[in-house]
Amino acid sequence: MTPLVEVHGLRFRYDDGTAALNGVDFHLNAGETVALLGPNGSGKTTFVLHLNGLLRGQGRVSVSGLTVEPKNIPAIRRKVGIVFQDSESQLFMPTVLEDVAFGLLNRGLDSVTARGRASAALETVGMSAAAARAPYHLSAGEKKRVAIAGIIAMEPEVLVLDEPTASLDPPGQRSLAGLVADLPQAKILVTHDVPFALALCQRAVFFQAGRIAAEGPVEEMVCRFDWHFAFERSKSPR
Amino acid sequence: MRHVILERWSRGESCVHRRDPRAKIVALITFLAVVATAHRALAWLAPGLLLLLLAGLVLAKLPLTGALVRAALVVPFTGVFALICWFAGEPALGLRLLAKSYLSALAVIWVVATTPLPALLNGFEMTGVPRFLLVVCQFLYRYLFVISEEAQHMSKAAAARGTAARNWTAPGPSFRAAAGALGVLFARSYARAGDIHRAMLARGFDGRFLQLHSENFRPADTAFALVASLAPVAVRLTVERVVG
Repeated sequence: MTPLVEVHGLRFRYDDGTAALNGVDFHLNAGETVALLGPNGSGKTTFVLHLNGLLRGQGRVSVSGLTVEPKNIPAIRRKVGIVFQDSESQLFMPTVLEDVAFGLLNRGLDSVTARGRASAALETVGMSAAAARAPYHLSAGEKKRVAIAGIIAMEPEVLVLDEPTASLDPPGQRSLAGLVADLPQAKILVTHDVPFALALCQRAVFFQAGRIAAEGPVEEMVCRFDWHFAFERSKSPR
Repeated sequence: MRHVILERWSRGESCVHRRDPRAKIVALITFLAVVATAHRALAWLAPGLLLLLLAGLVLAKLPLTGALVRAALVVPFTGVFALICWFAGEPALGLRLLAKSYLSALAVIWVVATTPLPALLNGFEMTGVPRFLLVVCQFLYRYLFVISEEAQHMSKAAAARGTAARNWTAPGPSFRAAAGALGVLFARSYARAGDIHRAMLARGFDGRFLQLHSENFRPADTAFALVASLAPVAVRLTVERVVG
């Protein structure tokens, strides 16, 4: 089976000289959900920004057989939807409905179709009631849901969620996990949230210093890199 | 976050809000032309045009005091030139300048406060204004909110650590801190604006803010454009005939 996303030897250096990716090889199969784990600054977000051509490095990136290059960018961006870590950056239109419809109108859909699909996406994420509200009046969890609606409305083949549980309370995380689990797309979850990754992902890749240090089942990666929070307060005698 | 009040007003419900932006643009341009070319009997014409704008504000269900105060923001700028005219021995010219600038600002507020900016810019595009200029306006509009939000975040953070914003203008360390904060504000806003632009590109943005509501120019819009454009012309002709 040909993978949905294939990356070979991806290297990227920022303008200030920081080498963010040092030869990444990666694949994602249709219907699969993969967690990207690893320390801050290890290149996870930089990596996912290459998947729809927002950053261009050396190496080969292809989605559904299309190489990420200028002539394919519009088609690639229809196939890969990214939900950014900071929902505030993703919500820029005056109302929730207009924001969700933003990508649909850019794809050339007429107002009536865009409105219908945006409304359906809002219903999927349980935010229909907020359609006429201003995005900046929503809570962090609601903003995240609307940001996801804006992406799933475009019906991408691959859904990338960058730190989806950041700034969500535990019920919000639980509800988001349920929502993400029900979405049919192949998914890449960039996360530090191990329970979230364990609940949703079949596989994890561990980034270190701009490379994939290892990949395998989530539990195995978590144990191998001691990637969970455990803290024991030292008991000092009184 | 507090957001620009005009943005909130522009989302209101009134017969003026419902009109096509192009109809309002035509009315605005006519009004500005009437004001700019008026020379005779301005002492009578200005109150007449002001009454007309007040009627427009009432029709649009906008708060009168708020709109009148906001239009006065133009006074410090034109006031300088008015003062120069005054000292040059032409106080009447200075007063004319003030009156014309105030009326023009109020007319612009009437249109901006009844039309969401994306729709207004869309209207300008449909009336033939260069797209590049409109894209610049669109980004300016979006990023003004970004800077405003970042400034509010920083102000809160400073207040939480015991710094009042008004102390920042005091000489010495506070002033230096304020200067540093200003630099950080620009750096943070720049980074945030980059994130927003990236998110827009990721959803296929190609330089145009497309509207979910398609604008159809209806007979009511034509009637509105005619009435709103002819009204200031009629006021001017009447005043000039009666007084001048």
